[in-house]
Amino acid sequence: MIYKMTRRAALAGVASIAMIAAGATSALAEGWKPQKPIEMVIMAGQGGGADRLARLFQSIIQKENLASMPVLPVNKGGGSGAEALRYLKDNEGDAHKIMATLNSYYTTPIRNDIGVDIEEFTPIARMALDTFVLWVSADSDIQTMDDWVAAVKASGGEWKMGGTGTGQEDSLVTAMLEKEFDIKVTYVPFKGGGDVAKNLVGGHIDSTVNNPSEQMGFYQAGKSRPIAAFTPERLDVFPDVPTARELGHDIVYWMQRSFVAPKDMPAEAVAYYTEMFEKLSQTEEWQQYTTDKALMADFLSGDELQAYFIEERDKHAAILADMEGDGSS
Amino acid sequence: MLVADRVIAIAIMGLSAYFMWHAVELPIGWNGMTGGPGGGAFPFWLSLIMMLCAAGILVRSIGRHDGGQSFFDGVMLKSVILVVVALFATIALIPVVGAYIAIPLFIFWYVKVFGRHSWLLTLCLTIGTPLFLFFFFEVTLKILLPKGITEPLFFPLYAMFF
Amino acid sequence: METLALLADGFATSLSPLNLMIVILGVTAGLFIGAMPGLGSVNGVAIVLPLTFIVPPSSAIILLCAIYYGAMYGGAISSILLGIPGASTAVATTFDGRPMAQQGKAGLALIAAAVASFVGGTISVVLFTLFAVPLADLALAFGPAEEFALVLLAFTTFVGLGGDDVLKTIVMICLGLVLSTVGLDLISGSPRLVFGDLPGFYAGISFLVLAIGVYGIGEILYTLETSRTAPSVTPAKITFKELGAGFRAMNRMWKTMGTGSFLGFFVGMLPAAGATPASLMAYGIARSTSKQPETFGKGNIEGVAAPETANNAASTGSLLPMLTLGIPGSPTTALLLGGMVMWGLMPGPMLFIEQPDFVWGLISSLYTANFAAVAINIALIPLFVWALRMPFTVLCALVMVLCIVGGFAPSQKMHDVWLIAGFGVAGYLLRKADYPLAPLVLALVLGPLMEKSFRQTLIAEQGNVLAFVERPLSATFIALAALFFVLPLVKYLRKGGRRSVAPAE
Repeated sequence: MIYKMTRRAALAGVASIAMIAAGATSALAEGWKPQKPIEMVIMAGQGGGADRLARLFQSIIQKENLASMPVLPVNKGGGSGAEALRYLKDNEGDAHKIMATLNSYYTTPIRNDIGVDIEEFTPIARMALDTFVLWVSADSDIQTMDDWVAAVKASGGEWKMGGTGTGQEDSLVTAMLEKEFDIKVTYVPFKGGGDVAKNLVGGHIDSTVNNPSEQMGFYQAGKSRPIAAFTPERLDVFPDVPTARELGHDIVYWMQRSFVAPKDMPAEAVAYYTEMFEKLSQTEEWQQYTTDKALMADFLSGDELQAYFIEERDKHAAILADMEGDGSS
Repeated sequence: MLVADRVIAIAIMGLSAYFMWHAVELPIGWNGMTGGPGGGAFPFWLSLIMMLCAAGILVRSIGRHDGGQSFFDGVMLKSVILVVVALFATIALIPVVGAYIAIPLFIFWYVKVFGRHSWLLTLCLTIGTPLFLFFFFEVTLKILLPKGITEPLFFPLYAMFF
Repeated sequence: METLALLADGFATSLSPLNLMIVILGVTAGLFIGAMPGLGSVNGVAIVLPLTFIVPPSSAIILLCAIYYGAMYGGAISSILLGIPGASTAVATTFDGRPMAQQGKAGLALIAAAVASFVGGTISVVLFTLFAVPLADLALAFGPAEEFALVLLAFTTFVGLGGDDVLKTIVMICLGLVLSTVGLDLISGSPRLVFGDLPGFYAGISFLVLAIGVYGIGEILYTLETSRTAPSVTPAKITFKELGAGFRAMNRMWKTMGTGSFLGFFVGMLPAAGATPASLMAYGIARSTSKQPETFGKGNIEGVAAPETANNAASTGSLLPMLTLGIPGSPTTALLLGGMVMWGLMPGPMLFIEQPDFVWGLISSLYTANFAAVAINIALIPLFVWALRMPFTVLCALVMVLCIVGGFAPSQKMHDVWLIAGFGVAGYLLRKADYPLAPLVLALVLGPLMEKSFRQTLIAEQGNVLAFVERPLSATFIALAALFFVLPLVKYLRKGGRRSVAPAE
């Protein structure tokens, strides 16, 4: 891949010298275009659900030629995204950096004092809302939410509920369940949704609130059973699975999959990326993916998105405050 | 030799103490309710073992004699320090003037000034290395290296290769 | 028989001119990426992932697997030539590969690594072909308790690193384990040991940073001081005679390579364990069953062959849970999984039934990739060996640049580059003071797995420590671990006993 480049390199050298004189003004003419590769910061490590989704976006952008420069994913998953948030804050005004978010976008700055205020960031686009479903292994006798609650109560606090790290989405949904049904479970944190799925099927945990996208393979193989969905309406892929709300328990929780940019990104750049993601949201690949994986493709951008972020952050602050209160008592 | 051994043992003890001081911010005991050790337990108790072993090394060295053998080779120590300083200076320069200036400078210094090689070899390496880095890392692997103030110079190159 | 027919169909796919070209291209690219300190199969796969849309999915996965295989072969190259493990899977290869290179036997070590990788890869692909589906359930039986027991076993196959100061070894193991806890604690969700709240530490300390620091920069400084300008490395040469000698030497090691292959395949198959513990265990077993265990670590060719068979076997093994269960055992297989999802394929138990063309095309391409990798690797050995003949000052400058850039590339943080420099100086001083560095690096690799699975088990079992010995699989591993721990101790005591008798005579 390195061959044949020498002559072009020489040309490039000459060209770059010529261009210094012209300055970097050429891009200002018509509409804004990225001048260098776009860095897509991912708030999670390589290989997880968030990472795979971000790389899917990257592939679609490249395949459909939605950006004039390549989009390069960079994982900054340290500290539940604390590292990524700080990085975005330190690159104020940068027009070539966007960040793929998940709910740790709200929870991490609340849980740890990292000096980041998400209101300062520039919202770009919300691509989808990922859903949560209560799962048990197919070997289990549990068929309904009532069975589940009865089983948890019967276990006397030893019911093993698996999920992602403490303070992350799964643990919040679990805390909401504990509060709603006045039950106590043993929460076992794992590194990611895939790990959780495997441990459920292997019988190392009793139930989980995994995203359908992580559990789908085992569901299709008949190895895990959905009990209830935490969405306002039933999911198309599981038409027979009731929502918690239908059952009289108002638990609705989403994982947002959005893109944000640093504070003070030039307005033209914001417009460019918003348009790029809007086009992306209309592609066939993306629509197919959201249907298969039970994602709600709910596009949102601009001020509405910012308002949504702030509302969600306040909600999370309340849930977290509840959780911490429980812990100390 | 013996002096250095003691100094390092003491430094490790200091480091352990520092780790322990930080580890106690999280629970270090066995928590019956959540099951098992707290978040600070692993770093705390391991640091303690480390400290005790380092103390053991220190105690063991007392009363020993080694005939005044020195830890460093006096002649070569100067080179080592020079290389370390050059390395640190290069790393400090990278975010400011970019990898494509800092790294050739380092190569030039190392090959020409430190290694006293010929001008031809020096020039080949000084020019060849950044070219290789650009085509291998940026063009092929799509990993951008820091450019610092030289960033605008790369816009036409990006336009050409991406 | 049905398997063979399916495999034959698979070969019809993978031996098409386009796919054959893709394999060769992928293997070569992977080889160079893997040979670069800091870059490994994850980087290779991540980079070409979006490119794979331009070719059909069956060719795309072949490209990804070819890069994966190439990078696994390539990892041994920097371990042997520079003494810097390019990935955690290649740590064990440095133990004997580096001394061999210093004795001027770099060519021999590289041949051993290539042949061993080939044997490991081939045996495990055969196992994969025959048993992929039935073995999937074994992977599911692996919970946190079993994970902990396995990591413990990998650790103990390694203790008693002969000849080193016991106190200093313990200090290094503890230091490695403590460094592995830096960053966010998964279980409690709180940051730990983030010195001065530097955001860079939130991500923890990567194994690569420590390895590049102590083995890359530290080694250069050490050589610089101890050598008085003359390089301690004997210039390596490579001739056909040496090539023949290499193959003959390999022919005597079927037992080591066989053990390594089976071990690698089964350990690699277990999610979360993967190739690193497999290669360490293979090395440990080769040493403890050898007639001359004292030659290990000083350039024994078996010490190169054992971990290399195991890590390549494991990389094939780790494809198994990914394809049959949709569980990635490593970041690389997670990316492969992501790729398959992008092409609309659903890895999991249904894949073998619904997409036989794809699955068998992939399996047959593992065979071709393996052949291509060993051929290309051996053809390139003279080039790599030639690189070692550079003047010492030139080689040092280039290796240092590679350390800087290779340290920056995976995380794209200057923070990691500073850490590399810091670890380099610290590693140099520690090495001069006779602290063993291998336990430090190993502890950092295995530490996070160990702590996580230990605490997960205890949480799930309400603090019951006996949980580890109540489960048959984990009890077996713990018993084996105990055996490995006691064995060197017994040997040591017996030897020590004899020695203490000696002066009396």
